[in-house]
Amino acid sequence: MEKILQVKDLHVSFSTYGGEVKAVRGVSFDLHKGETLAIVGESGCGKSVTSQSIMRLIPDPPGKIHQGEIIFKDRDIIKMKEPELRKIRGANISMIFQDPMTALNPTLTIGEQIMEGIIQHEKLSRDQAKRVAIEMLNLVGIPNPEIRLKQYPHQFSGGMRQRIVIAMALVCRPDVLIADEPTTALDVTIQAQILELFRDIQKKTGVSIILITHDLGVVAQVADRIAVMYAGRIVEIGTRREIFYQPQHPYTKGLLQSVPRLDAEKAELVPIPGTPPDLFSPPVGCAFAARCPHAMEVCDKVYPFKTQLTSDHNVDCWLQDERAKKLVSSFK
Amino acid sequence: MELRKQDVRNISPDVPNDWFVPKQQNQQAGEAVVRPSLSYWKDSWHRLLKNKLAMAGLIFLIFLAIFAIFGPLLSPHSVETQRLTEQNLPPSGKYWFGTDDLGRDVFTRTAYGARISLFVGLMAAMIDFIIGVVYGGIAGYKGGRTDNLMMRFVEILYGLPYLLVVILVMVVIGPGLTTIILALSITGWVGMARIVRGQVLQIKNYEFVLASKTFGTSAARIIRKNLLPNTMGPIIVQMTLTIPSAIFAEAFLSFIGLGIQAPHASWGVMANDGLSTILSGYWWRLFFPTLFISLTMFAFNVLGDGLQDALDPKLRR
Amino acid sequence: MNTYFIKRFVAMIITLWLIVTGTFFLMHWVPGSPFNEERTTNAAIQKNLESYYQLDKPLLVQYGNYLKALVQFDLGPSIKKSSQTVNDMLGRGFPVSFELGLYTLLLAIVSGITLGVFAALRHNGLIDYLAMSIAVLGISVPNFVMATLLIQQLAVNIPIFPVATWSSPMHMVLPILALATGPMAIIARLTRTSMLEVLTQDYIRTAKAKGLSPVKIVFKHALRNALLPVVTVLGSLAASILTGTFVIEKIFAIPGMGKYFVDSINNRDYPVIMGTTVFYSAILILMLFLVDLAYGILDPRIKLHKKEAK
Repeated sequence: MEKILQVKDLHVSFSTYGGEVKAVRGVSFDLHKGETLAIVGESGCGKSVTSQSIMRLIPDPPGKIHQGEIIFKDRDIIKMKEPELRKIRGANISMIFQDPMTALNPTLTIGEQIMEGIIQHEKLSRDQAKRVAIEMLNLVGIPNPEIRLKQYPHQFSGGMRQRIVIAMALVCRPDVLIADEPTTALDVTIQAQILELFRDIQKKTGVSIILITHDLGVVAQVADRIAVMYAGRIVEIGTRREIFYQPQHPYTKGLLQSVPRLDAEKAELVPIPGTPPDLFSPPVGCAFAARCPHAMEVCDKVYPFKTQLTSDHNVDCWLQDERAKKLVSSFK
Repeated sequence: MELRKQDVRNISPDVPNDWFVPKQQNQQAGEAVVRPSLSYWKDSWHRLLKNKLAMAGLIFLIFLAIFAIFGPLLSPHSVETQRLTEQNLPPSGKYWFGTDDLGRDVFTRTAYGARISLFVGLMAAMIDFIIGVVYGGIAGYKGGRTDNLMMRFVEILYGLPYLLVVILVMVVIGPGLTTIILALSITGWVGMARIVRGQVLQIKNYEFVLASKTFGTSAARIIRKNLLPNTMGPIIVQMTLTIPSAIFAEAFLSFIGLGIQAPHASWGVMANDGLSTILSGYWWRLFFPTLFISLTMFAFNVLGDGLQDALDPKLRR
Repeated sequence: MNTYFIKRFVAMIITLWLIVTGTFFLMHWVPGSPFNEERTTNAAIQKNLESYYQLDKPLLVQYGNYLKALVQFDLGPSIKKSSQTVNDMLGRGFPVSFELGLYTLLLAIVSGITLGVFAALRHNGLIDYLAMSIAVLGISVPNFVMATLLIQQLAVNIPIFPVATWSSPMHMVLPILALATGPMAIIARLTRTSMLEVLTQDYIRTAKAKGLSPVKIVFKHALRNALLPVVTVLGSLAASILTGTFVIEKIFAIPGMGKYFVDSINNRDYPVIMGTTVFYSAILILMLFLVDLAYGILDPRIKLHKKEAK
């Protein structure tokens, strides 16, 4: 499958009063054309930072991308200068933020906010831009787009606003759409509608989606592949089937057990004990070791190497080492 | 995509075999994050200490207070003694800041002016504080109709031009130190009341206040124990900013002849006197009072700014 | 929207009425007749004067007459400068004061916003520190101090600008500068704070994610929102400029209304004090009303907020 975006060994940190927070510590993944890749993890695991790094939207200072490559159409986004970045933002890669209540400018009409993107990138006249905007509002399911264009964000409900934000992001027909917790701030019924909209749009436009979420329920509905992040690293990545049915990393297993499931026979929720590590001074070894039920001496000492299980599925865990296999039975 | 066991032959050569044993549980204690947790006030104080400009302001104000208290005692000359043989002398070893047209010592008068300015500023801030906190606290806490009515009144007062009202009151009750403070207080507390009410209204609905309510804590206790500590930040900032505006108002009133009357000295009076002689070259008569007015206002303003930054919980990281 | 502004208008009229009433009774509460100080007049003349100024009638009748006259925009005669009415004085003095105040306000707004925006865009940079140092100085130095400083430096030491009177543009430079520094500093600080806050908002990040240029982001998305709090203080700034004109006109010997006002205070010319207070209060309350109107136009949410607040 064609790789539209490649992230290689990304390191991002933030300098704060308390010291340097190493938010992302070596993240690599590929995004294929037309797929939905979900990045899941607890809050603070670095998933939002990763996604914002792709568009270079990390405020600098205090944030800084220390190393890594983000290859988009044979070019490294990390090496790009501002004017080049601006040509890509919104046109090739666009982004949807978590809270539709604050993501729209309260003093501009939504028509203006949708149109300015196309006018910026495609040099259309206002009339042409307006036609595209109406088309987009139709696409995302907003009735009476001609009238709605002239209204302000406060005149829309939360779900409607998120549709507008999506229309805004899609207006230039981007190759990649990054959605950072797009349904978290919405009611459950609206969530389902928005997820349905994502699937629909992907079918119609072939856009590749990176979906950032902590909600495995959302992931189960729309993701083709899933990357599980913990403490600034991707600890396991695989297809939806692989992650849901053959999870290898104890953290992935923990995440799945802590989600209520209707289809499971014994619906017993098992929370993961403990809290994520302090990223001011992340542990040398596996960051999950402190909370891991299968932790070994080695886990604190050395970070586990990557184990390729299938062409899509790989995991960073010492339990994959041959020598650990015989221990595993003693754990349970 | 069934996982076949034979495919997975993972052995990392640089990791010794004996590390593959279950981890000792007590090692997890090392994971506990030890970071000093500072109280709100301590944390704010640390941040204020780091703000050089605000500290400079604070130090100046401490010096000013010492100057106001001990300055007149330090100087061999009294405030009101007129020496007609020693008019308009420039600064010298005998008269550190020079003398004015009646031969009075400018240094002593400036120190005396500092007393007046600080007194007016502190009193105005105190009165504003008391009225504002009580009024705003009640309005915010009671809410509903009471709040609506009380705030209507505040809005009307707020719409009045502050200095114009002060001038009017001064005209009616006559100039003097007490009347200045009184006049400043008539509309001055309004800003404080609005801030307190806003804060109370916001905090009232926080979970911890609701929690103490469900325990049957009395209203007075909730205000004292929960609301006030949490509203203190903006109140302190407002007070530090009230003081310079009161000092300005006093100087302004004295300057247009409505404030402190001769033979008492105030920076505004001295500046007004000094202005008339500006063309004669007696610069020290204008320079010292205006310098002190400006420095004092500067100090209070930067301290207020510093406090605002230091006390803002949003800036805590 | 309309009901809100009608309500606001009614409140404005009530405030004004309160001011008129308060002022009237305050002024008449002062013990003794204003002619008592002048020992020269004999009893008969004083009686004549009192009847001319209606001071012999009951207080409520005087109040009624004052209100009646006021509705016809008649502020009554001056006591100390006989043969002049307060309207005459306002007619002569106010245009000058208005010019001074207007130029000052314009200068303060334009320079204050510019300074604030640049400071915010170069947050913690050299320009920021420089602009904010100027601003703190501007707030700390009272306008009458600034005026004397300017006179000493730019009129006496290096005679660039002429002072006293209001006869040419060159005469206007120093008074306007002296009066504008304070409000400019306040606007600059407010603009900076508000701009910094707005720049961290999600919709700014959205605008960046669209690939808009920094110029567009600042002017189209940030500035308008950042200026909302600035608009709200314009009313009280106008008030401070207005009271500022009193001292500035006195210092620079400008024949404006402020000078008449300060003179009338020193002479205890009550009708003039009263008339000017009422007139200026009316202007300021009207300013506050206009500011509210402007805010409603700038912020489309305002209608909703008012409804929610009820």
